[in-house]
Amino acid sequence: MSLITADNVSVSYGANTALRNVSLAIEPGEILTIVGPNGSGKTSLLRLLIGAASPSTGRITRKPGLRIGYVPQKLHIDPTLPITVERFLRLPGGIERSACAAALRRAGVPGLSNRQMSALSGGQFQRVLLARALINTPDLLLLDEATQGLDQPGSAAFYLQIEEVRRNTGCAIVMISHELHVVMAASDRVICLNGHVCCEGTPENVSAAPEYRALFGTGTGGALALYRHEHDHTHDEACAHGDAPQDSKTAAAE
Amino acid sequence: MTRAVLAGVGVALAAAPLGSFVVWRRMAYFGDATAHAAILGVALALALQISIFAGAVAIALAMALTVTVLSGRGYAMDTLLGVLAHSALAFGLVAVSFLSGIRIDLMAYLFGDILAVSRGDLAVIWGGAALVVGLIGWRWSALLTSTISAELAHASGIDPKREQLVLTLALAITVAVAIKVVGVLLIAAMLIIPAAAARPFSRTPEQMALAAAAIGGGSVLVGLQSAYALDTPAGPSIVCVAALAFLATGLFQVVRD
Repeated sequence: MSLITADNVSVSYGANTALRNVSLAIEPGEILTIVGPNGSGKTSLLRLLIGAASPSTGRITRKPGLRIGYVPQKLHIDPTLPITVERFLRLPGGIERSACAAALRRAGVPGLSNRQMSALSGGQFQRVLLARALINTPDLLLLDEATQGLDQPGSAAFYLQIEEVRRNTGCAIVMISHELHVVMAASDRVICLNGHVCCEGTPENVSAAPEYRALFGTGTGGALALYRHEHDHTHDEACAHGDAPQDSKTAAAE
Repeated sequence: MTRAVLAGVGVALAAAPLGSFVVWRRMAYFGDATAHAAILGVALALALQISIFAGAVAIALAMALTVTVLSGRGYAMDTLLGVLAHSALAFGLVAVSFLSGIRIDLMAYLFGDILAVSRGDLAVIWGGAALVVGLIGWRWSALLTSTISAELAHASGIDPKREQLVLTLALAITVAVAIKVVGVLLIAAMLIIPAAAARPFSRTPEQMALAAAAIGGGSVLVGLQSAYALDTPAGPSIVCVAALAFLATGLFQVVRD
């Protein structure tokens, strides 16, 4: 069964609707990327998935006993709070020391245990967050703009690490990002969000979909090709968003 | 004198772990507001002839909850706290003036009267301190997780709002037991200064809370002795010693780095 199912979910804050009629399912072992411009409801959707918020209408169903590992967007630890990497990993408790070391190894940063969190570089910090998310051997890993603040090689290396994590542990991965090129290339499936689900499918399908191009333009196609070394680099004019015949084509391509 | 020392150490022990959270969560002004509101609680308790402790806890708690509810609804947090803290203090002082015959006591509530601590007071102080330390110790990991990130807390099945409530309750109790020792105007100092002084040589949150307790307790001992030797007011003397400790550890950090 699916790990999490969202059934016709809407979220509104007062008069503002952040999400409307979103339905999606996250399957075991897949890498799903959710892309969308600012204000498209990505964070609202993520908060629904981790259980930090409830939908205004619709229903979220989680597989019973589902373990979620969460890598937050950016974490600011107040400099007045002294904490070592190991102590941070062992929060909120019940974690063995050996599990910390193993998680740090899997996240690609072994040997950081005794460092202060405040002394880490941006890349190390994100990997420690990844290690923390991996420590309970989750069925599902959720990453919210996890590479913000990393440079291009840094985030490319981070996503390669994510793919390796999936290979080694078999957990499903959901990434939220606006760094389209790198993220999408590593995904099995992409959902393009803009208040509602605009289009979804394989990275190639979505990057060719007119709805996607209406939102992001065509520039990212090149970067995708750079990463994958595939020739899907085209320069179609961006079509009008929600064009009916194009819609059915995207659906068929799935 | 022994009772004064015991009372002061009791407050310092409760203030240490709580003060660490106040520092980490940047709640210093929040602590101040809660403490200032307590004078209103004192006035009400005197008028209704109930225990000062109960009155102070009730009003401090009401104040803390009001701030929590109102925050994020139009006014910036510091504006809101500025309005509530000082109006609560002003209303408290006005309310006390309506009560006949206790004007002399006012200074004792504003600045503390640690040398007049009775056996009963001592029991209340240590009972309250034990409650606060127990509460924070019980919720320690959950509190720490939600202090670092509300989202991470949610992902671990912790409700950060509930943890916030635990801190609020602990703060109200600490304020109420500390009135007798340092008075409402200096309670925030007992929370913040030892914790801030402990920061430079702590590597983990637990070390910082323990070091804050040591610095707080030490400040009480040295402060009371200097107050006795120099004939200075006891509560402010304790805070002065803590401030000097803060200065010393701050300099230590500058020299080390």
